Amino acid sequence: MRNILIKNGRVIDPANKLDKTCDLLIEEGRVAKIGTALENDNAEVIDATGLLVVPGLIDMHVHLRDPGFEYKEDIISGTAAAAAGGVTSLACMPNTQPIVDNLAVCRYIISKAQEQGSANVFPIGSITKGLKGETLSEMGELKDGGCVAFSDDGLPVVSSELMRRALEYADTFGAPIISHAEDLSLVAGGVMNEGPVSTELGLKGIPWVAEDAMTARDIMLAELTGGHMHMAHVSTRGSIEMVRQAKARGLRVSCEATPHHFSLTDEAVRGYNTNAKMNPPLRSEDDRLAIQEGLQDGTIDAIATDHAPHSSVEKKVEFDLAANGIIGLETSVPLTLELVRAGLISETRMVELMSVNPAKILGVSGGSLAEGQIADLTVIDPDVTFTYSKEAVVSNSHNSPFLDRKMQGRAVLTIVDGSVVYDGLTS
Amino acid sequence: MNFQHRHVLGIKQFNATELNFILDTAESFKEINTRKIKKVPTLRGKTIINLFFEASTRTRTSFEIAGKRLSADTVNISGSSSSVVKGETLEDTARNIEAMHPDIIVMRHGASGAADYLAKRMSCAVVNAGDGTHEHPSQALLDSFTIRQHKGKIAGLKVAIVGDITHSRVVRSNIDCLNKLGADVWLSGPKTMLPPGIERLGCKLAPSLAAAITDADVVMMLRIQRERQGKTLIPSLREYSRYFGLNEFNLKLARPDAIVMHPGPMNRGVEISSAVADGPQNVILDQVENGVAVRMALLYLAAGGENLVED
Repeated sequence: MRNILIKNGRVIDPANKLDKTCDLLIEEGRVAKIGTALENDNAEVIDATGLLVVPGLIDMHVHLRDPGFEYKEDIISGTAAAAAGGVTSLACMPNTQPIVDNLAVCRYIISKAQEQGSANVFPIGSITKGLKGETLSEMGELKDGGCVAFSDDGLPVVSSELMRRALEYADTFGAPIISHAEDLSLVAGGVMNEGPVSTELGLKGIPWVAEDAMTARDIMLAELTGGHMHMAHVSTRGSIEMVRQAKARGLRVSCEATPHHFSLTDEAVRGYNTNAKMNPPLRSEDDRLAIQEGLQDGTIDAIATDHAPHSSVEKKVEFDLAANGIIGLETSVPLTLELVRAGLISETRMVELMSVNPAKILGVSGGSLAEGQIADLTVIDPDVTFTYSKEAVVSNSHNSPFLDRKMQGRAVLTIVDGSVVYDGLTS
Repeated sequence: MNFQHRHVLGIKQFNATELNFILDTAESFKEINTRKIKKVPTLRGKTIINLFFEASTRTRTSFEIAGKRLSADTVNISGSSSSVVKGETLEDTARNIEAMHPDIIVMRHGASGAADYLAKRMSCAVVNAGDGTHEHPSQALLDSFTIRQHKGKIAGLKVAIVGDITHSRVVRSNIDCLNKLGADVWLSGPKTMLPPGIERLGCKLAPSLAAAITDADVVMMLRIQRERQGKTLIPSLREYSRYFGLNEFNLKLARPDAIVMHPGPMNRGVEISSAVADGPQNVILDQVENGVAVRMALLYLAAGGENLVED
């Protein structure tokens, strides 16, 4: 393994209260030294003048589609997309086929990622067997096998009693529950956010209360049980306010938001754009601003993409029939940098949201550039401009509402375990 | 004027001048329908495919007759006989049809946006005969045509539209059309059937049915789908009829010369009493009659209008 010396980058490492222009030396896969005017005869030298050097980004909400839906994405293409987006570690959701509700599937994902992947992969096990919402998965064994959290993502756990027990049981093994909060009876077949746009387009709406009602329940269950409840993809002002209050009361509640929910509103659906269809749906401008406020004030802990690849077969159809979800791994850095440039969040806060906090929530390594740490790190060029084109997409799917958007800033070098997995500097 | 639109997807795409032009064009076709020989050669050699993924008798027949009276060759494909049941996508169905070189596809589809979807993928003209709960432009145009016929104008009239606004494509097209032509549009219905932000389309929400009807020049009743009763939107057709049905008593609130409209098919005794449906103020069959002329105009314009040339 070659040593790497990254020179003159702006090293941002909130976990160690570091933000200064200096050098970083990687030796034998670990962060060996951070300092000025470092020299190393055996190292490949990378000039990072004007670039950000940050702990490897961690995306805690990804659908890798493998096993079962490899035509959409697989562990190889999905982790390559992660690397291209600056993501060194990701947690993948269990709604594969077969579902991650047993050790065999969990081990398959981990071993395939280790052997052929370009990023660290942490499986999330299902809360309930078969995602059926009936009986708990064998969380103890799954946790021992490498699962870092439990979620029935894509589906809410309808039974409140079962969700209570899931929180208690998962906490026995130190794992958080990740809730996809949605009251399905209020969704009632809706396909986009309910509001003036859905009325005009004649599409069935999903009201904000579908998310808020379930968020309220889940937070109360966190209070009752003392378990760690992580709210996935918060998208409404109300649910963010509830998380804010829960945190003020000291509850073990955390949450994440997606770049698409803080970048777009339901106006993006106009023209029946199926690449603007996802769950939860793109919301109102007021909700979008509420997410930005939550990112600013610390209510929202993490930025996660909910990367959800779908083939054109599932997207080039009538809006009602189109599958929910968009890809996101390759666009989270530029979209988050828009918030930085707008002065809403600092670069340090960005690193907390995209690396430090996800590591803490999931209890995985990373989120730090301390000397001796495994060298997972991302180098970001905040200034480079580009147009996000279909041809440049690394993911196996192209379902993004951001195609053809002019962007500024992106990951240019991604290092996992001391090895370069993505190099956009020399190519 | 020069008609600049290749497709007829919704009222949204037209301004007031264009809407009046369509109505004037329909006026010139209307007389053909009462001739002894009800046929002109205008669209001879043109192929029109009526692609109906939802059951429809009135609209499909109206489009078919309109096409035939203009001498076009019309072919009907219905949802049950199409490849959809075999799992073919709409895109593939469209491409297969396009390979046979039709000039116009008239489509009815259950998904909002289906007409836009088709238009993006076809080189021939697409005429929207109703897409989900989005638009039904030919219905709105025939309604305006009928209002103009009876009232001599549209601007300044009070039009009350009553019923299930949420699930009605007729309403969305009518609000837009009537608003652009200068009418004062009022809506009424149970709050479970009023979608958020509907007033932004150019209408007002009446506080009650009575308020909507009072002094109206036009009362348009919408069909209540029977399968909606007893679920979450209305408790029963009986109660719906009592509070939102039009009868000879509440019709007295409207102007004495008000006309009563219904896009059909009617549920007699539910949204409209038989006395009103058959009464002197109803223009319901005029709507059906005018529908043929309006659709002749739309097909003529979609086929190229004045630019139609024989080659």
